[in-house]
Amino acid sequence: MQKTKKVESNSMWRDVWKRLRRNKAAMFGLALLCIIFAGALLAGVIGPEGYDYQVLRDRNMPPCWAHPFGTDHAGRDILVRILYGARISLLIGFSAVIVSVSVGTVIGASAAYYGEKVDNLLMRFIDVWMAIPSILLSIAIMAAFGSSIQNLVLAIAIGSIPGHARVVRSAVLSVKNQEYIEAAISNGASDFRIITRYILPNCMAPIIVQATMSVAKAILSASSLSFIGLGVTQPIPEWGAMLSVGRNAIRDYPWIITFPGLAIMTAIYGINLFGDGLRDALDPRLKH
Amino acid sequence: MSDVLLEVQHLKKYFNTPKGTLHAVDDVSFKLERGKTLGVVGESGCGKSTLGRTVIHLLESTEGKILFEGEDITNVSKKELKMLRRQMQMVFQDPFSSLNPRMTVEQIIAEPLLIYKVYPNKAETMAQVRKLMDTVGIAQRLANSYPHELDGGRRQRVGVARALALEPKLLVCDEPVSALDVSIQAQILNLMQDLQEEFNLTYIFITHDMSVVKHISNDILVMYMGNVVEYAEGKELFREQYHPYSKALLSAVPVPTIRRNVERHLITGEISSPINPPAGCRFASRCPYASEKCTSGMIATTEDSRGHFVACHKSKLLRESQWATAAK
Repeated sequence: MQKTKKVESNSMWRDVWKRLRRNKAAMFGLALLCIIFAGALLAGVIGPEGYDYQVLRDRNMPPCWAHPFGTDHAGRDILVRILYGARISLLIGFSAVIVSVSVGTVIGASAAYYGEKVDNLLMRFIDVWMAIPSILLSIAIMAAFGSSIQNLVLAIAIGSIPGHARVVRSAVLSVKNQEYIEAAISNGASDFRIITRYILPNCMAPIIVQATMSVAKAILSASSLSFIGLGVTQPIPEWGAMLSVGRNAIRDYPWIITFPGLAIMTAIYGINLFGDGLRDALDPRLKH
Repeated sequence: MSDVLLEVQHLKKYFNTPKGTLHAVDDVSFKLERGKTLGVVGESGCGKSTLGRTVIHLLESTEGKILFEGEDITNVSKKELKMLRRQMQMVFQDPFSSLNPRMTVEQIIAEPLLIYKVYPNKAETMAQVRKLMDTVGIAQRLANSYPHELDGGRRQRVGVARALALEPKLLVCDEPVSALDVSIQAQILNLMQDLQEEFNLTYIFITHDMSVVKHISNDILVMYMGNVVEYAEGKELFREQYHPYSKALLSAVPVPTIRRNVERHLITGEISSPINPPAGCRFASRCPYASEKCTSGMIATTEDSRGHFVACHKSKLLRESQWATAAK
């Protein structure tokens, strides 16, 4: 009995996984993501001395056996820094998305569910919000509150809330007029119960896709902000910050800037491939 | 003598659309006794579903009065409404879209019990869910299935179980069998009749299927574009129709007799727009017997000695002349 229950309750996700597995690009993206996750987890094993361990004698060393990605101007191993940086980037990426998806969901769902005046009010507000370039908004927030990881997360999250709100709103609108919502109303369910138990579970697909894709955007924004000196501060090895440091020596020691750049690229590429695959897998029209 | 559960007086439901006011339900009155079934028939878009939804407050009425057990429930507070919903539930038309695809059968049926906290703990709630599943005839092994794994008949049984969970007095059934196969239709109809006897339920049974309505109703309300055109006891209506529209509606029911050559009263044209409808009889534009009088002024509803209501001033004349197509 218990066993059948488990299998059935996961049937939708099993279907999705089946379709996802057939998509080679998505699986490649997932593999890239797994490598980055593994690297982030194993950072302490590969570089037990920590990301700020310096050997001043070995500054600006090109890639060699001891330092596969070379060392930077302060004699720090770039591979180790990239691995620790993966922790920071993933942390920022995921927490920013969690914040923006939660806030966006609340705004989008209430706008769509209550409709009319509430919808108009919230969505016009979102329109204004969207008119401000998100990177400018982030810069303003970072400049006002100062550099720290929390502020960075906040700055990035705020920029992507409107996008999420719109996606959630349209998803909720498509579910709202289903008969089972009416059934819930006639059963006396409260608005909160209807939204959380009936509407949101039925519009997870677009929300998940949007969230996955925006992890990539968040990592990129974090790197951009760090690159212009508004993100995390030295010596924390954020990928964008590493680029920023390495750009002075791009002619003489190109590996200092190349490897963090490649790390960013790999992460974004992996997430985007996976996100695309996930969207296809979750789209019921592509079911066979 | 009569134990009236529900009384609706001059109920109106208008929708504001960009093109004008849509008269979905226009001046509908009826009385429904406890344990009885009112069949509401009419073609698509005649406002029968809107009527059902307005009566149980899924839609707010524009005008008129709804009396439930003698109490006026037209305007109630949110709290009263929640208590009221326990008394009146709904069975929906489409068993595919009326069940939450993310919930199991068990969860769907338990939902109303959990909302009203009928039972203090989970074990008792689940025991009641099992009992309800037995009542409507769903095998216990399906408790953890999802709606998409069930066939239409079983899904509709789940819908019925959910509606019954709170032990309501009134059940509005909005075309509960029209989405089902004929063989399954009969099963569900029989189930509903058995349940009615068992729990002394009162039904408002909305349908466009005359054979279904004949099978299940005590009283029948024939609607056309938001208006009641005829309202009578079921047997009476099937014996003789007073309104040209009902006449046509009933003559469209296939009769399984080879030799009998039934005279068909066909109506031509399409239902006209319910947005800002013209004065007079709304059926006039399609009625073969319509005269000038039909399109001017209100059409009074008359009642004869058998309690047969009709909203047609030519009705008597037509019946006397044996419905001769002597139009105009």
